[in-house]
Amino acid sequence: MFSICTQTWADKEVKVLDEYILEMKNITKEFPGVKALDNVTFSVRKGEIHALCGENGAGKSTLMKVLGGVYPYGTYEGDIYINNEVMKFQNVKQSENAGISIIYQEFALVKELDVGENVYLGKLPGKAGIVDWDKLYYETSEFLNELGMDINPHTKIKDLGVGQQQLVEVAKALSKNAKILVLDEPSAALTESEVQTLMGILRELKKKGVTCIYISHKLGEVFDIADRITILRDGRSVGTYDIKDINEDKVISLMVGRELTERFPRENHTAGEVVMEVKGLNVYDPDGTGSLVINNVSFQIKKGEILGIAGLMGAGRTELVTSIFGGYAGKKYGEIFINGKKVEINKPGDAIENGLGLVSEDRKRYGLVLEQSVTTNTTLASIDKICDWGVINSNKEYLNTSQYVKELRIKTPTLRTKVNNLSGGNQQKVVLAKWLMTKPKILFLDEPTRGIDVGAKFEIYNIMNELVRQGVAIVMISSELPEILGMSDRILVMCEGAIRAEFDYRDATQERIMYYATGGR
Amino acid sequence: MNTKLGVSNTNVSVKKRAISSSRIKANIRTYTMISVLVGIWIIFTIITGGTFLSARNLALLARQASVTSVLAIGMVFVIVAGHIDLSVGSVLGLCGGVMAILQSRMQWDVIPTLVVIILLGTLIGAWHGFWVAYKKVPAFIVTLGGYLMFRGVLLGITKSVSISLSSPILKAIGQDYLQKGAGIILAVIAVIATIIMVFKARASREKYNLDVPPIYQSILKVCLFSILIIGFVLVMNNYEGIPIPVIIVLCLTLVFNFIATKTKFGRCVYAIGGNPEAAMLSGIDNKRYTLLVFIISGFLSAIAGIILTGRLNAATSNAGAMAEMDAIAACVIGGTSMTGGIGSIPFALIGALVMASLDNGMSLLNTESFWQQIIKGLILILAVWVDMSTKKK
Repeated sequence: MFSICTQTWADKEVKVLDEYILEMKNITKEFPGVKALDNVTFSVRKGEIHALCGENGAGKSTLMKVLGGVYPYGTYEGDIYINNEVMKFQNVKQSENAGISIIYQEFALVKELDVGENVYLGKLPGKAGIVDWDKLYYETSEFLNELGMDINPHTKIKDLGVGQQQLVEVAKALSKNAKILVLDEPSAALTESEVQTLMGILRELKKKGVTCIYISHKLGEVFDIADRITILRDGRSVGTYDIKDINEDKVISLMVGRELTERFPRENHTAGEVVMEVKGLNVYDPDGTGSLVINNVSFQIKKGEILGIAGLMGAGRTELVTSIFGGYAGKKYGEIFINGKKVEINKPGDAIENGLGLVSEDRKRYGLVLEQSVTTNTTLASIDKICDWGVINSNKEYLNTSQYVKELRIKTPTLRTKVNNLSGGNQQKVVLAKWLMTKPKILFLDEPTRGIDVGAKFEIYNIMNELVRQGVAIVMISSELPEILGMSDRILVMCEGAIRAEFDYRDATQERIMYYATGGR
Repeated sequence: MNTKLGVSNTNVSVKKRAISSSRIKANIRTYTMISVLVGIWIIFTIITGGTFLSARNLALLARQASVTSVLAIGMVFVIVAGHIDLSVGSVLGLCGGVMAILQSRMQWDVIPTLVVIILLGTLIGAWHGFWVAYKKVPAFIVTLGGYLMFRGVLLGITKSVSISLSSPILKAIGQDYLQKGAGIILAVIAVIATIIMVFKARASREKYNLDVPPIYQSILKVCLFSILIIGFVLVMNNYEGIPIPVIIVLCLTLVFNFIATKTKFGRCVYAIGGNPEAAMLSGIDNKRYTLLVFIISGFLSAIAGIILTGRLNAATSNAGAMAEMDAIAACVIGGTSMTGGIGSIPFALIGALVMASLDNGMSLLNTESFWQQIIKGLILILAVWVDMSTKKK
């Protein structure tokens, strides 16, 4: 794939060189232990809408942060050219001055200020430190009119919907004379009609000569609006195509087309009876906007199986398991049955009583009390087991903890060592130990191997198999498709808060999963 | 002292080294705290020509530190849980005022008076805890409100005049001393208890096949504690005996330090302060524990009110003003982290002793009170800076 596209470049290079408004050549960016970008070359023509696609962690955001000056010149290898001129951005400001404006998923708007103030934030017009408010609001409304937006510049940001906030971000970018507009997952939080409005505005901007880089998981939109598309996989560019030369299936296969070299300790499990059933689960956004983060989800979990939940970032997988566990802030409606009996789970304590465990996604944020010891963390969810009348029995505490430390082979100098001082893999095992100590019947694992080394990963897979052998039902969320394919017995694919497909692992391929995860039906 | 458990199945030498290094680390912290205190004492002893270290002055110092100490015990729980209690000074004052009114104006007996006062403090704590835990109002705001409200109530019921106590028993709680003989008996009991605890811990470690510290270490430990206990009692007896408030502080310290380190309640409070989300997802009822933490703080404020009113033999409308600041300072000097999750009651008491020593020493030197405040403020900042910079290394 790679060779084909370099060849096309080579043919055209002489002719089209001056057409490129932006060229990023041979960009390599390393983080400790990971190569986030590996010799990526990315060229954008003037006035086009260029889509950038790839899985979670493919390097899209890193590439845009290099472009935006978030990672200053010198921390990466390779060169950035704008209009054939080498750029050495030291910070975001320099990148903005060169006409680059990046709109991130998390908006950089001050919610308590109004639209006009936000558009001109950091460059308020006026003299001697006194703001020229008339000018500010006049010019803001000019910008908004130009974009065909019907927004009052005096409205506070918090009173706008997500879609309108997005448009304010666009207006803000244009007020900085942006030549290249980067939109990172712009449609993730938008409704269908808001997406249409945004698309319309992007087309308008294109007519005015603004270049746009559009990052999205949703291939439907990409094919709707983009002129060209570049696909990243595992930090490498796997090709740039004219949109008319390629179709969705081809893009998906390029996104996931890695060789399945990693080996997984797959064991044959025989799924038993249904231990848990979720019926018609709806979960609302905790911000009170009334939008659904989980939309009418129903599924079953069987004894002695690993149920994989695949999906891209923002698909609602974490929200699904935390709300089932009673730990999500938004309101939930729906029924949960455990062993055929309806249960009410309103807080994590209820979930633990019903035999549920949740190894959550971000262990430092949700899993561990970092300043406390291995012992404290291991016993945290089953503290009653080590207490006599509310007083901790230090012998029971020691015996229980050392048993799990031994079984899970947690490498720690002492049991009183702060978990802060352990490696990522050992920290993850402490979280696992905490939940194993509660003797769960159903264990939810949210990204159980994120950020840990290969050896520890393998150990965690073996622990999962051992648990399944003991009759525990495991639900594993993972963004890594090989892991989903390598470990699950059954696979659910989520997109936009709903389950879009269910596979037996024998029928599943990376392409098929990605098709449904990117919004295919 | 913390007892360190070792992993029995790993390499023995690695294990031992790790244990001793973490032990040294913990000790360095203890030493900095104590050396700050000793440093202050040496300076004052030199400047006052030895008056500072006289038995009489040390007894007064211990008594002075007692009110701040009682408040600091409660404050450790509140701060460890990730909150703050600005109301303790006002609650202390109010409890003292109500006590004086019940006892001398309404002629109540001592026991019912004390019961009602402690109940009052506990209820006020519950009021704060309710707003913080269940209504999600930040503790700073809730207790700032309490600070104003309860001082206002005190001014209202006392009409801003001081009310003297008539009961000798209540006065004794704040002013009296334990008989010298009783002090010695107490010292002997404490020494025996120390010996039993140290060797019971050894036996338990032997039973579970954990590495047991060398016998000389245990003996050294017993000797050190015995010298401290006996020395303390002898110095106090050299004057009038151990002050009753100091006895109360020591008892409260034993009980609440046990609660903080050895019970489910304490464990959960530290977890909530360290990482509220992880605690919640581990099935801990954060709200209930937050409520209880404020109840403890209210309860101890009432006790502090009883002690202070007894010592002054009267309730005044400004009793306990700024006491919350002394208590917070004591905790912070004692290494309690304002972000929650870290803190220790014995260290907070050393912090209280540091604050009281500054007050006492500068009073001996007739330093004007504005200087006292300036210097206390500076020491607070310096102590925390020293603590933070040693922790990083």
